[in-house]
Amino acid sequence: MTDTAQAPIVAPRSGPGSAGPWLLTWRRFKKHRLALVSGVVVLMIYFVALFAEIIAPFSTETYSANYTYAPPQLVRMFGTDAEGSTHLFYVNDYTVKIDPISLSRAFETDPNKVIPVGFFVRGEPYKLWNLFDWDVHLFGPQEKGHPFYLFGADRLGRDVFSRTVHGARVSMSIGLVGVTISLLLGIFLGGISGYYGGWIDESVQRLVEFLKSIPTIPLWMGLAAAIPPSLDPLMVYFWITVILSLLGWTDIARVVRGRFLSLRTEDFVVAARLDGCRQQRIIWRHMVPSFMSHIIASVTLAIPGMILAETALSFLGIGLRPPVVSWGVLLKEAQNILAVSSAPWLFLPGLAVVIAVLTLNFLGDGLRDAVDPYAR
Amino acid sequence: MFSFILRRILLMIPTLIAISVVTFIVIQLPPGDFLTALTAERAQQNETLDSSLVLALRERYGLDQPWYTQYWLWISGILFRGDFGQSFEWNLPVSSLIWDRLGLTLIVSVTTLVFVWLVSFPVGIYSAVRQHSPGDMIATFLAFLGLAIPNFLMALVLMYFASRFFGQSVGGLFSPEYANAGWSLGRVWDLITHLWLPVLVLGSSGAAALIRIMRANLLDELHKPYVEIARARGVSEARLIFKYPVRVALNPFISTVGWVLPALISGEVITAIVLSLPTAGPLLLNALFSQDMYLAGGLILLLSVLTLVGTLLSDILLAVFDPRIRYT
Amino acid sequence: MQSIPMHADFSQTARPAHDPLVEIEGLKVRFFTDDGVVEALEDVSLTVPRGKTLCIVGESGSGKSITGRALLNQVPSPGKVVGGSIRYFREPDAAPVEITTLDPRGRDMRAIRGGEIGLISQEPMAALSPVHTIGNQMREAIQLHLKLGRKAADAHAVEMLAKVGIPRPAERLDRYSFEFSGGMRQRICIALALACSPRLLIADEPTTALDVTTQANIIDLLLDLQSELGVSVMFITHDLGVVAEIADEIAVMYLGRIVEQGDSVSIFKDPKHPYTRALLRSIPTFASTRGGRLETIRGMVPSPFARPTGCTFNPRCEEAIAGVCNRVVPWPVNVGPGRTVRCHLHADRAEIDRALESQS
Repeated sequence: MTDTAQAPIVAPRSGPGSAGPWLLTWRRFKKHRLALVSGVVVLMIYFVALFAEIIAPFSTETYSANYTYAPPQLVRMFGTDAEGSTHLFYVNDYTVKIDPISLSRAFETDPNKVIPVGFFVRGEPYKLWNLFDWDVHLFGPQEKGHPFYLFGADRLGRDVFSRTVHGARVSMSIGLVGVTISLLLGIFLGGISGYYGGWIDESVQRLVEFLKSIPTIPLWMGLAAAIPPSLDPLMVYFWITVILSLLGWTDIARVVRGRFLSLRTEDFVVAARLDGCRQQRIIWRHMVPSFMSHIIASVTLAIPGMILAETALSFLGIGLRPPVVSWGVLLKEAQNILAVSSAPWLFLPGLAVVIAVLTLNFLGDGLRDAVDPYAR
Repeated sequence: MFSFILRRILLMIPTLIAISVVTFIVIQLPPGDFLTALTAERAQQNETLDSSLVLALRERYGLDQPWYTQYWLWISGILFRGDFGQSFEWNLPVSSLIWDRLGLTLIVSVTTLVFVWLVSFPVGIYSAVRQHSPGDMIATFLAFLGLAIPNFLMALVLMYFASRFFGQSVGGLFSPEYANAGWSLGRVWDLITHLWLPVLVLGSSGAAALIRIMRANLLDELHKPYVEIARARGVSEARLIFKYPVRVALNPFISTVGWVLPALISGEVITAIVLSLPTAGPLLLNALFSQDMYLAGGLILLLSVLTLVGTLLSDILLAVFDPRIRYT
Repeated sequence: MQSIPMHADFSQTARPAHDPLVEIEGLKVRFFTDDGVVEALEDVSLTVPRGKTLCIVGESGSGKSITGRALLNQVPSPGKVVGGSIRYFREPDAAPVEITTLDPRGRDMRAIRGGEIGLISQEPMAALSPVHTIGNQMREAIQLHLKLGRKAADAHAVEMLAKVGIPRPAERLDRYSFEFSGGMRQRICIALALACSPRLLIADEPTTALDVTTQANIIDLLLDLQSELGVSVMFITHDLGVVAEIADEIAVMYLGRIVEQGDSVSIFKDPKHPYTRALLRSIPTFASTRGGRLETIRGMVPSPFARPTGCTFNPRCEEAIAGVCNRVVPWPVNVGPGRTVRCHLHADRAEIDRALESQS
């Protein structure tokens, strides 16, 4: 207390001031519980899409005439089979009654018949990513040939669950690829529009307004109908993504243009220009990084629109077509209301669409709030 | 105000021209034309089309001309004679096929728009004023759900439940006895009783989007200085909120007509196909499948014009409501 | 928090000889944010003298604006008044109204807002509704508090606009705020706040957003109006140059506490608190700019979540006494007629020792 030294100057501040922008964004994002959970779900969906062959117990085309429109089986635990051995997971086999008049099949699950289910079982062989031959599936019936329909079967006795898993690859990737094309278009056109201003800006803005003012679905339908039916499925996939992104870049362009306009007069950009930086360098080294986070957020919000559009087009029969399996193609099976009233599980791929779109929306919302807490 | 409207209408003209060109290019895109499709179809049924007949038809429709000549023939017919060309498939003038259906499309879309406003306006205000309340949470969740469910899926699910629990088919816009009848009071009432399902299906995503927009805008405005100053002037809370922030938040709300209407007309096309409504959607899909180019072209063109007119109306409405726009 | 021996009764010593309009005593406001509780106002006591100008001076975050809002019972969420009292003496020697206990949305409070206490804010750009005409807003204010018909209200509005120096006021009623310049808008805001002849005008940094010449015009206008209407003014600012021009009384705030208060002349002549002295030294003058650097206060205002213990100013104070200033919260010490200062340098050493002892 006798020490008369100067009181310490304010201690170096730890906390918000010292963190970089990405870390700050991450901190704000973490507070958004729903967005965080959604992010995990989205990652899981993409994981499933990536390893569809392993995760799905069957291929997309495996069918069984004995099990057309078989209802979903429930996975149960601790069942004893006919030989008396107990299994951790199992499903019940079906008993089939054929209606003598309508000849339609009525399925019932038989609690006495136990089909043991295992993990990493050997099943149908497949080629992972068209590269590696393998036959191990994440889970499935322990013996080949036993029925295993978690989401029920369709009109050909194909497993709806396996098809939904495979469909994730096409539907989720079409969102990514379409958004990537949109992004390139959007950054390019929005960028030159916001950076140069003047008549370039004017004409790009007119183009955006024009594209926004025409009803998208009739136009999509017209463009999609122009894809020849004889085309290779891969090319159809490519053209559908191109069509979707042709109309999808406008929102991203709007965001990019807005950022460019506000950044153009910022000191660091002016300084770079005065230092004699080339324009390409100013754009890509100075301006783009400073709004990358905004772009990521708006891109995330653009993906669900793409997924919904693909689903709608394929559902109408002018998007992807069998044998390609996407969620829209699967839902086309549910188009016939008569079939659906007897086999409502054909709606289950729709549940996948809703979950994917919902979580992507939550994730995008959370990201947007995190990168720009003040702009709502 | 008058010059503002005039300017907007003049600005529409280049857009309209652009739309007609794009439409024409789109319907021209598929390889071949209606006649090759027809020949192929006949060939499948082991019939052959007389080649001289094909040639005659080709000449009659100008199918052997370059595209710009064809475009001019098409657009000048529409502009000067109201002639949208001939539907190959129906063998009828396009104009005799489309007006009824477009009218119904317009009725469904506008009814839905009104429904969307009536729902989203109060819910959006409630959500913002009582931010984080249970009601807000529920509204927000439902709004996200409404955005995530594709229209056609919701239509299917609703139809499934209707047929399962009420044992009736709910598709269409009219009961069988009114389907082809002329307009009468009974038919109007019949339409109203059938309208709720498509309106609900179509309106869900629009209402969801507008609830989010209203909420976000109002949350922005609620804490602006002019609200605080008005409160410090002694204005009562309810009057304060409705007179100032709600009024200002209304502007982006009005301007959304511009994009909600195209989205509704778009969505109507798909929903109509699922619910088998006698509107433009199913006709368009069929026309596209059979390469009935003038029918498809006429429909796409008129649907686009509908949305343009909607956008114009929203611009005018916005100018009426927002002095800042009127004066610049 | 340690207990503070209250040896000097703050409100007694601080009260000027003439009659008060508003008496604030021991006011505490807390902000309950997601990141923790912020003590926005801590034991604030001051008096607004009737018919005079009180300046509240402080840096941003010192709580000066919150004090003004608390007077209107309009502390922004998530803030709450958690203690203390605000007594409003409508007439001299009449029973006061206790503002903190009024329902913030109730009729009584609303009658006071605008009718008896007017507010002008620092952002004339945003303080007027963008979609309503000036006349609409003025009419609303006038008809809320004065029993006037539409015509009479309009006439009164025109009169007020003329009073604040808006040329051709009758035409301007139908105009929107975006058609006026910043200075004009602030004049309109002043007309709005004074339209119902309030007894007190709270001016929350009214000149901050304006350029220097406009600032001077607005200050002159406020001085003129005050002498004409006899209204009391609570002027909130960080600009000591303005304070010197208009203040009768001064209260200096730092981090939610009043560190020094008293009459304007003696504070400018003989500032007691190290913070006040530092503030005065940092005013640029012609004499000091020649050749020398402008003095600043070292360090930065600490984060509201990491409030220094003891005297909140001690980490930045040139004269802090180690072991005292960082341990004991200073109490108000009487340093002259109507003057108090919250600083251990002016406190009785024996009392400090007692406070230190009671702490350990």
